[in-house]
Amino acid sequence: MTQRTGAARPPGEPRRVAYLYLLPAFLIYAAFLLYPIGRAVHLSFFDWDGLSLGRWAGLDNYVALVADEGLRAAFGHALVLIVFYAVVPLAIGLALAAILHHAKVRGLGFFRTVVFLPQVIAMVVVAVAWRRIYAPDGTLNSLLGALGLDSLTRGWLGDHTFALPAVGVVGTWFETGLVTVLLLAGMSRIPVELYEAARLDGAGAVKEFFAVTLPSVRGEIAVALTLTVIAALRTFDLVYVTTRGGPGDSTSVPSYEVYHRAFGLSQVGSAAAIGVTLTVVIFAISFGINRFADRGAT
Amino acid sequence: MISRGERVANYVILSAFAAFALFPIVTILSAALGPADSGGTAGLGNFAAAWEIGHFGTYLRSSLLVSAFVVVVSVILSIMSGYAFGTMRFRGQSALFYLFLVGIMMPSEAIAVPLYFDLRTLGLIDTFWSVTLPQVALSVAFGTFWMRAYFRASNRAIVEAARIDGASSWRILWRVLLPPARPAVVTLTLLVFMWTWNEFLIPLIMVTSESLRTAPLGLAFFQGQYTSGFTLLAAGSVIVATPVVVFYLFLQRHFVRGLLQGAVRE
Repeated sequence: MTQRTGAARPPGEPRRVAYLYLLPAFLIYAAFLLYPIGRAVHLSFFDWDGLSLGRWAGLDNYVALVADEGLRAAFGHALVLIVFYAVVPLAIGLALAAILHHAKVRGLGFFRTVVFLPQVIAMVVVAVAWRRIYAPDGTLNSLLGALGLDSLTRGWLGDHTFALPAVGVVGTWFETGLVTVLLLAGMSRIPVELYEAARLDGAGAVKEFFAVTLPSVRGEIAVALTLTVIAALRTFDLVYVTTRGGPGDSTSVPSYEVYHRAFGLSQVGSAAAIGVTLTVVIFAISFGINRFADRGAT
Repeated sequence: MISRGERVANYVILSAFAAFALFPIVTILSAALGPADSGGTAGLGNFAAAWEIGHFGTYLRSSLLVSAFVVVVSVILSIMSGYAFGTMRFRGQSALFYLFLVGIMMPSEAIAVPLYFDLRTLGLIDTFWSVTLPQVALSVAFGTFWMRAYFRASNRAIVEAARIDGASSWRILWRVLLPPARPAVVTLTLLVFMWTWNEFLIPLIMVTSESLRTAPLGLAFFQGQYTSGFTLLAAGSVIVATPVVVFYLFLQRHFVRGLLQGAVRE
């Protein structure tokens, strides 16, 4: 977005009428997004129950992010979700896209429609479906029973060990299609000559993948990671509908804690501090991922 | 050349993955069309029952009103602000644009909490405006980015010609630039519609009265209250998901393009 000079300068002459065109969008944006961010930062320095007079708390709410075991756990859970939402889909997506890119299979359009479908379904609906799958008398346990694996059946979302991975698998389910379609689009833009050159050098399929395919889709990988990591950090609807952070706090995540503390525990200052921290983390991560991708490209 | 064995293996992997993607959807659909919870009516009757018992008629109506308002307002405002950023030069341009970019990644949970308490003070909580305007603000951030990218790439010669003919900037926008921008506008419209229709957190925080409950919110409440089976819940889920899915099936390319390119920053 750098301003280029000379002939390639951003089009148009200097025009003050631009401010008039910006004004309506900017007013709503400032009132309902920029101002609330400022208010969140402000509130995060107070100890406030939402009703009575707030008490200045300085950085206490931020200190608690590190000191409070429950909050540390919530951010730790978010890290686990990143593995399920971003790392696993990227690995599967790379493998699937590499296969599809080479194989020239028929029915690719249908496949793309199907694997992208989870992206457009309301998360509440997704959560209802997976609650059914994970229920004690649900689809997953019936499947296990049919395979003679009755010993593995359990109430997946009520299990202290398995609840978080179970929520994570839902993330893998709806992010993998997005990542695959994104990588496929990137691979289709790789010039054929690169592959021919690699083959002349005697590269096998695996070497070709690491020498040609992977570097060429670096940009798509960065985009995929940005989208999926942010989605993992913002997980709210899914946890709200499936587990409400439970059992115990085994599936509590930062977004859910924001809601829970503000409206369940009446700790508005703490909720604001989590929200602000989450925002900063999201910006830092997406900035970092894109910097990394840019540097590698030059 | 690919061997036959390899080809078969590829199809097996693809089918397995497609099955995994469809599995939860099939679970919901088959339950929604299966026997009723009471053991009585079955099949399509379940949807009518969910419509009545789960009040999905009401929820769909408010979702429709909320989505229509958010889509129309944010698309029009985004076209105007994208036009300013994409075709004009003015002081503070990059600073203002960065300010809009902030909103694209902004997690709504960070702004929803302070907004709730400020709107409560103003007596605006549990109103149409408390549900729609924050979503307009979030959508306008992306919309400005999206339309700016389009207008920057648009044909300058036509604009110059129109300007020499004495057309005003307003006329150039709506009569000259917008007609060829239809694909970009359609993509933006569909994305904003999907985001608004599926939004959960903002209605959850801002709405208490049932008449304002949007479809996903209604479904979440219905799930909490209705415990006598899964059929009506599944039927309700299908009702909630269908509008966006239908748009997706017919205009798939817009969804894919928007969701993938929307993330690509310059």
